[in-house]
Amino acid sequence: MFGKLTWSAIPVDQPVPLAAGLFVALVMLGTVLLVTLKGWWPYLWREWLTSVDHKRIGIMYVLLALLMLLRGFIDALMMRTQQVMAIGAAQGYLPPEHYDQIFSAHGTIMIFFMAMTFMIGLMNFVVPLQLGVRDVAFPVLNAISFWLTASGALLVNLSLLIGNFSRATWLAFPPLSELQFSPDVGVDYYLWALQISGIGTLLAGINMVTTILKLRAPGMSYMRMPVFCWTALCSSMLIVAAFPVLTATFGMLLLDRYAGMHFFTNQDGGNAMLYFNLIWIWGHPEVYILILPAFGVFSEVIATFSSKMLFGYRSMVLATLAICVLSFMVWLHHFFTMGAGADVNAFFGIMSMVIAIPTGVKVFNWLFTLFRGRVRFEVPLLWSLGFIVTFVIGGLTGVLLAVPPADFVLHNSVFLVAHFHNVIIGGVVFGAMAGYNYWFPKAFGFCLERRWGIASFWCWLLGFYLAFMPLYLLGLLGMTRRLQHIPDPRWKLLLEVAEVGALLILCGIGSTVVQLIVSIRSRKERRDRTGDPWDARTLEWSTPSPPPEYNFAVLPRVRGIDAFWDLKQQGPAPGGETAHYEPIEIPANSPNGFVTAFFAVVTGFALIWHIGWLAWLGLLCALIVLFAFGWIPRHGRPISARELEHAEHARRVGSPA
Amino acid sequence: MSTGVGFVPEHGISAAAGDARSASGPASIRITVAYGFWIFLLSDIIMFSTLFATYAVLKDATAGGPVGKDLFDLKTVGVETLCLLFSSYTCGIGLLSAEHGRLRAFYLCFALTFLLGAAFLGLEISEFARMVSEGAGPSRSAFLSGFFSLVGLHGLHVTAGLVWLTFMVAQTAAQGLRDYVRRRLHCFSLFWHALDIIWVALFTLVYLMGVQ
Repeated sequence: MFGKLTWSAIPVDQPVPLAAGLFVALVMLGTVLLVTLKGWWPYLWREWLTSVDHKRIGIMYVLLALLMLLRGFIDALMMRTQQVMAIGAAQGYLPPEHYDQIFSAHGTIMIFFMAMTFMIGLMNFVVPLQLGVRDVAFPVLNAISFWLTASGALLVNLSLLIGNFSRATWLAFPPLSELQFSPDVGVDYYLWALQISGIGTLLAGINMVTTILKLRAPGMSYMRMPVFCWTALCSSMLIVAAFPVLTATFGMLLLDRYAGMHFFTNQDGGNAMLYFNLIWIWGHPEVYILILPAFGVFSEVIATFSSKMLFGYRSMVLATLAICVLSFMVWLHHFFTMGAGADVNAFFGIMSMVIAIPTGVKVFNWLFTLFRGRVRFEVPLLWSLGFIVTFVIGGLTGVLLAVPPADFVLHNSVFLVAHFHNVIIGGVVFGAMAGYNYWFPKAFGFCLERRWGIASFWCWLLGFYLAFMPLYLLGLLGMTRRLQHIPDPRWKLLLEVAEVGALLILCGIGSTVVQLIVSIRSRKERRDRTGDPWDARTLEWSTPSPPPEYNFAVLPRVRGIDAFWDLKQQGPAPGGETAHYEPIEIPANSPNGFVTAFFAVVTGFALIWHIGWLAWLGLLCALIVLFAFGWIPRHGRPISARELEHAEHARRVGSPA
Repeated sequence: MSTGVGFVPEHGISAAAGDARSASGPASIRITVAYGFWIFLLSDIIMFSTLFATYAVLKDATAGGPVGKDLFDLKTVGVETLCLLFSSYTCGIGLLSAEHGRLRAFYLCFALTFLLGAAFLGLEISEFARMVSEGAGPSRSAFLSGFFSLVGLHGLHVTAGLVWLTFMVAQTAAQGLRDYVRRRLHCFSLFWHALDIIWVALFTLVYLMGVQ
């Protein structure tokens, strides 16, 4: 009746996961209770859960990413603490069983549900506004994408309380992840959560590519698009090209586990190295899926706060496209030690160095943009400057790792761990934080508090260096990654420095939380009435903050790069007094995404626990939902010219322009 | 959907040379939907290419079990191929009929498409059943895992296509050839043709090269 699910799935004998699971469950129950008591459900349902507005969906993505940042960071802190506490004779507080789940969950959550979710959230919010259009190409699909991502995150966190998570690292490498060596539900949680959220990501990528290539304001030619749109386009194209590979690869591992097949097993012709190749054919583009939008954020932020046009727009676009193509030609550098031979390793080593060139072009472009600009040291710019310094260091250690002989020594050491945290924290997280501080006023109509923002930046920056520079040294000393116990007591000091760094990053995250609370409480004073608090250059700042549902009452006409800057130079704002309004139609709300995701969670849970009837039922219901929504003709919500005129007029009168 | 081209203020018309295409603003919903579906199909083809690559790697990993030559029956597969190719033809004619508003021809063509697709699927399932009964199921060897997954994924797509086809015929009958119905029919036809393309690759690489 309930498959593998019994009462023993609740980890009553393991205090740490039980406490963590209960805490999460209590927070969720508390939230549900609060919402019920306050009577917020109708508002939530109407304005958020069923919303198909790209701005709302973008905000929900970012909120999910911030929550997952907390979860993933707690994992990180636990691992750091364990390594400090388990040196020599000491065994620490986490048994290997649990420690292995934590590093697997940390990687999975940080990449899939923090970094990528954050970036897709920013793209969702910003791209249609920058392109000067009213929504993405497929608004309902957009909602489905978000809710499927949230479903995956829910399943991963459900494993805290019911059963356990994967112990087979963040990429579930076989043969460890095969049924023979991982017979419990951990790997199944991992696989089904990522299959479900992966479909969401793929659909989001398709949506974004179509939006950027087919929906742009009049006059917005490709070479006039803001650089963030270019990076969003390349990142989305990588999603479309790479995620099907991930889906297929996980599908094969699932068939191994559920149907007794032999793709990656040790027996009957299975080939585990095939999995490594396939997963990294997805995995290397994945890191560019993360970093390209961050590059876009930095480009926008640096140009805005230097009060200058971005230096080398064309080379920036070309570098982005070059990275997009090259990212598919370097996957083998993740396992030079496979033994593919000198020729193959040399090719992939050289390609890995080549891909550093376009990135270098970008760094120089940012520096030249800053050069002789009127630089304003606002919070988003601080993150960008911290990024430039940190990312260059991470890039250089990457080039070092691209040398196959060096890689043979450093492979699987904490040197590698330091390298990829160097580029992912220094690149993606700093980019996410820069974007969060930069676009927050656009999303909510008030600016974030500055001092706590600065505090957060410095804590993160110093904390990062303290936490990861020691790992470079430890890696050179021979410390391998994923150690639950430290055999060599001489590593103690460096590990303690790293622990201090992690605590400093905790202060940085705390500062961000305080910054948000302080800003919300003083939002009246920080109200942004201009719509353009940073004196920025691109079209999203031509709308009021927050923008109306329809973004633009009249689509702007674009005459060059930095369209809004041009308009500001020329005088009257778009849709000024002379504007003539025409009726428009905006997409109506739809519960499709939320309902589909609900059945996705049910089906996923049933499959993880081998509850056959529930899996079929969930799938059937999902299909019925799909067909029901497909059957009912959808109508948009019309807004008449008169309503538009009233709304726009009220806004102009309301603002002290 | 946000595809209506908004009003352009008169004073702003100064599109630069070579900018004519983007000067018009957002594309129509018909173009956007078809374009998005194309991108989806490309991603689907990438998923198949992953399985093709896997099959190529595992082709000789038979673990002492049967090889393609012992298992594949080209005559049956040839009939399957004919069914699928003809179903694409009837699907294309059906779409053209729908575009011209000739409903009866449309129903006839789509009924034929369904029958041919179902025949293809029936033959494929009977082939699979025969192989399993001969002890050559998907868990026999890595080669057979790759074979069953690749061909089976295509079969699943055909199944999904048949369900979609049924839905589209019902929707056309109930709601008429509205704009959104036409757009979906167009997407369906793209999907069905894509399955044909994949099958041609599959027939060549798996079956024809497998019996060598």
